[in-house]
Amino acid sequence: MITVSHYLTLSSLLFILSIAGIFLNRKNVILLLMCIELMLLAVNFNFITLSRFLGDTAGQVFVFFILTVAAAESAIGLAILVVLFRSRKNIEVESLDSMKG
Amino acid sequence: MEAFIFYFFGSVLILAGIGVIIARNPVHSAMSLVLAFVTSSFLWMLLEAEFLAIVLVLVYVGAVMVLFLFVVMMLDVNVSQTRAGFTRYAPLGIGLVILIVGMLGYVVWARTQEMNFLQAPPRAAADFSNTEVLGSQLYTVYMYPFELAAVILLVAIVAAISLTMRRRPGLKVQNVARQVAVRREDRVRIVSMEADKES
Amino acid sequence: MESLYLSIVLAPLLAAVIAGLAGRLVGRAGAHTVTILGVAVAFGLSVYVLLGLLDGSIEVYNDTVYVWGISDGVRMEVGFLVDRLSALMMTVVTFVSLMVHIYTIGYMKDDPGYQRFFSYISLFTFAMLMLVMSNNFLQLFFGWEAVGVVSYLLIGFWFKRPSAVHANLKAFLVNRVGDFGFLLGIAAVLYFTDSLDYQEVFAAAPALQGATIEVFDGHAWSALSLICILLFVGAMGKSAQVPLHVWLPDSMEGPTPISALIHAATMVTAGIFMVARMSPLFELSLTALSVVLVIGATTALFMGLLGLVQNDIKRVVAYSTLSQLGYMTVALGVSAHAAGIFHLMTHAFFKALLFLAAGSVIIAMHHEQDMRKMGGLRKYMPITYWTALIGSLALIGFPGSSGFFSKDAIIEAVHFASIPGAGYAYVCVLSGVFVTALYTFRMMFLVFHGKERMDAHAREHLHESPWVVTLPLILLAIPSLVVGWLTEEAILFENYFDGAIQVLPSHDVLAELGQHGTTPAYFLIHGLLAPPFLLAVAGVALAWYLYLRRPEIPARLAGRFALPYRWLVNKYYFDDFNEKVLAPATRALGQRLWRTGDETLIDGAMVNGSARIVGWLSGAVSRVQTGYLYHYAFAMIIGLAAMLGWLLLES
Repeated sequence: MITVSHYLTLSSLLFILSIAGIFLNRKNVILLLMCIELMLLAVNFNFITLSRFLGDTAGQVFVFFILTVAAAESAIGLAILVVLFRSRKNIEVESLDSMKG
Repeated sequence: MEAFIFYFFGSVLILAGIGVIIARNPVHSAMSLVLAFVTSSFLWMLLEAEFLAIVLVLVYVGAVMVLFLFVVMMLDVNVSQTRAGFTRYAPLGIGLVILIVGMLGYVVWARTQEMNFLQAPPRAAADFSNTEVLGSQLYTVYMYPFELAAVILLVAIVAAISLTMRRRPGLKVQNVARQVAVRREDRVRIVSMEADKES
Repeated sequence: MESLYLSIVLAPLLAAVIAGLAGRLVGRAGAHTVTILGVAVAFGLSVYVLLGLLDGSIEVYNDTVYVWGISDGVRMEVGFLVDRLSALMMTVVTFVSLMVHIYTIGYMKDDPGYQRFFSYISLFTFAMLMLVMSNNFLQLFFGWEAVGVVSYLLIGFWFKRPSAVHANLKAFLVNRVGDFGFLLGIAAVLYFTDSLDYQEVFAAAPALQGATIEVFDGHAWSALSLICILLFVGAMGKSAQVPLHVWLPDSMEGPTPISALIHAATMVTAGIFMVARMSPLFELSLTALSVVLVIGATTALFMGLLGLVQNDIKRVVAYSTLSQLGYMTVALGVSAHAAGIFHLMTHAFFKALLFLAAGSVIIAMHHEQDMRKMGGLRKYMPITYWTALIGSLALIGFPGSSGFFSKDAIIEAVHFASIPGAGYAYVCVLSGVFVTALYTFRMMFLVFHGKERMDAHAREHLHESPWVVTLPLILLAIPSLVVGWLTEEAILFENYFDGAIQVLPSHDVLAELGQHGTTPAYFLIHGLLAPPFLLAVAGVALAWYLYLRRPEIPARLAGRFALPYRWLVNKYYFDDFNEKVLAPATRALGQRLWRTGDETLIDGAMVNGSARIVGWLSGAVSRVQTGYLYHYAFAMIIGLAAMLGWLLLES
């Protein structure tokens, strides 16, 4: 018997994994972007689960839009990454500390 | 049956997620992410969101992950140096992760009496079209956000191009607009000279 | 009527402002003309008011002229109370002021600060008038402080002299100590009666008789005694009673006209006036009356003793003033307020006269003030000599002179009194008569009689002073002779003050005295047979013997009684105590408060310290901004975990 709790647990596990990925990552900006995608996936999971169990289609519509925005955001993120690589010749996260206060 | 599907694909999903984080090679991470998307698409089908499951595969895997892989290939990342510094914050990070998981799990499992209303609804009929329901909502009630989503995509395209486009120096290109806009005065100049030779 | 009183007060003020601010415009002649006019107007109107009050054509005036502000029910206003007591004071003040103004034309003739001086003495007249005409404590305090300020300005008139600056600062600071007590007294009045107006306070006073206040836990003090003693502390400062007397001899650094005006006739009498005005309060507190009595008696005798060893002519008169102020205070202490005011009036005349005569001598001696360098001036300055003699006779209480009537009244009143301290006071005032006669005629004989001890150069220039100097002397000698005879009966026994001064029947020594006889003739005859007269004659005789007959004896006596002599010369070491104990202690306290309190605590810990803490805090916090994205993400996650935890715990 798969209850809503199972699905919610699954999506939260995915979310936690992506968070761990963000701060355990030192050397790779691409990994950062991929973890963001994973986070968005987890959130989408949540939406769809609750949309099913509450019987409201609005959740799925929202997933639709999240997908759109995620695509757009990853495109721009990668563009920035490319420009970053062109100017620095490496993609280490550790070297991005010019905002140090 | 449903339980088996759920547990199987669920564990594959988790493993793929871990793979994304742990993989040394960014290409391997991207592959793991693709696997994660595909399995989650199956799970969404289990949740009767068929349209979105397909869209996930088509759009996310087909477009976004391909884009990722393009960039990974293009950037020619030095693989060996991508792992140092992992272990310093690891204990704290793992601890934090377990804490949050514990808290979320507690809410979702131990406090289920507040979620009694979330009983599993009956399965829909075989000819129930999720796409049709989604479409009927999307083009009527959520028309405005739909158009806005289109604008966002346009903005993304323009932004990505304007960020990364560069011209190769020294390239000779025809600028048709300039060719057509030329005027006679720019090209021809009447000069009066005396004849050199006497006829 | 209001405009009449306003003119009395404002005429000198206007004159002072013109002479002070436009001094260069109006020139010397303009300055003295405008100020003399102002004070003459005030004098004329004061006499008019006094006569009107006496014959009943003018009513007692007690009203508010201007409300300055009302705070929490306390009215702060400018108002005038013109009754017989204040009319008397007004007349005396303006008359002496007028005499001094005229005198100054001659005395300060060559001084570069001529207009400034006239402006100051007119300003002083204004302040003193405000003080005596006030009908509430706030205005009284204003006048009190104002006369203190002008006294400061005038004592240090020749401000380039360090001794003058030292003296004026001393006067101001000692007065300040008295004023502190005074202010506490006014605060106590306000605390107990919620009002600053005289009439309201006096009406509420009888109800306060049983009230007490615990300033220190466990010791309940009578409210009325506390109020009266605090007010008297102010009077001690202003009227130079022991121990706050130390400023008066040093105030002789100022020009002689102001010694006459301020330190003989007017400012120093403010304290006496104030106690008399507050008689409804003082009468209700036997403790306060005893305190007043004892301090006054001490001042009367011991300050007189100091006059015996002074060599500066002005200092002798200064100590004489101190002693006579003690007499006035004694009179107040035995509830013979009328006698005290009477002596105040007569003393104003003859003391001003003596100061101005001393000034005349000083001018003639080209500003030489040491009596040991004078002698035999009688034949050079007859007018000065005869007026000074009249003043001296009034001072020692020679029968017939005005000083006789007032001084004798006091001595007799003390004789009849029975409050604690009266016995001590009687001894003091009687001995004081002898001492007064001794030092007064010591001065007369040293200056005007005997061998001429000045050098030849000075002798050539000796001549009588100009008429602007001698006219005031004559004009002051007349009241010194006759005013006692003329007014004694009215003031002392015929209820002159008519409610302005209240005396409880049980304390009323003057009534008791009056039962024996009231007319001047009675007092004259009675006085010729009484101890004071004999003591005075003995004093004059001793002075003649010591300073004319056998002038070498005083030096031998000084050698024989070296220790008492040294005590007297050092003024009982009051000044040394102040300079070596009190002043350094205060300075050390200030130093400690500055170094530790101000610099370390307030500047260092509070002001700079708080800034430093902010700096340190921001330095610590800024280390959170590492610039690394994953650190920020980590922080966000920690926040998320915390929030989740809190939400969970809360529910």
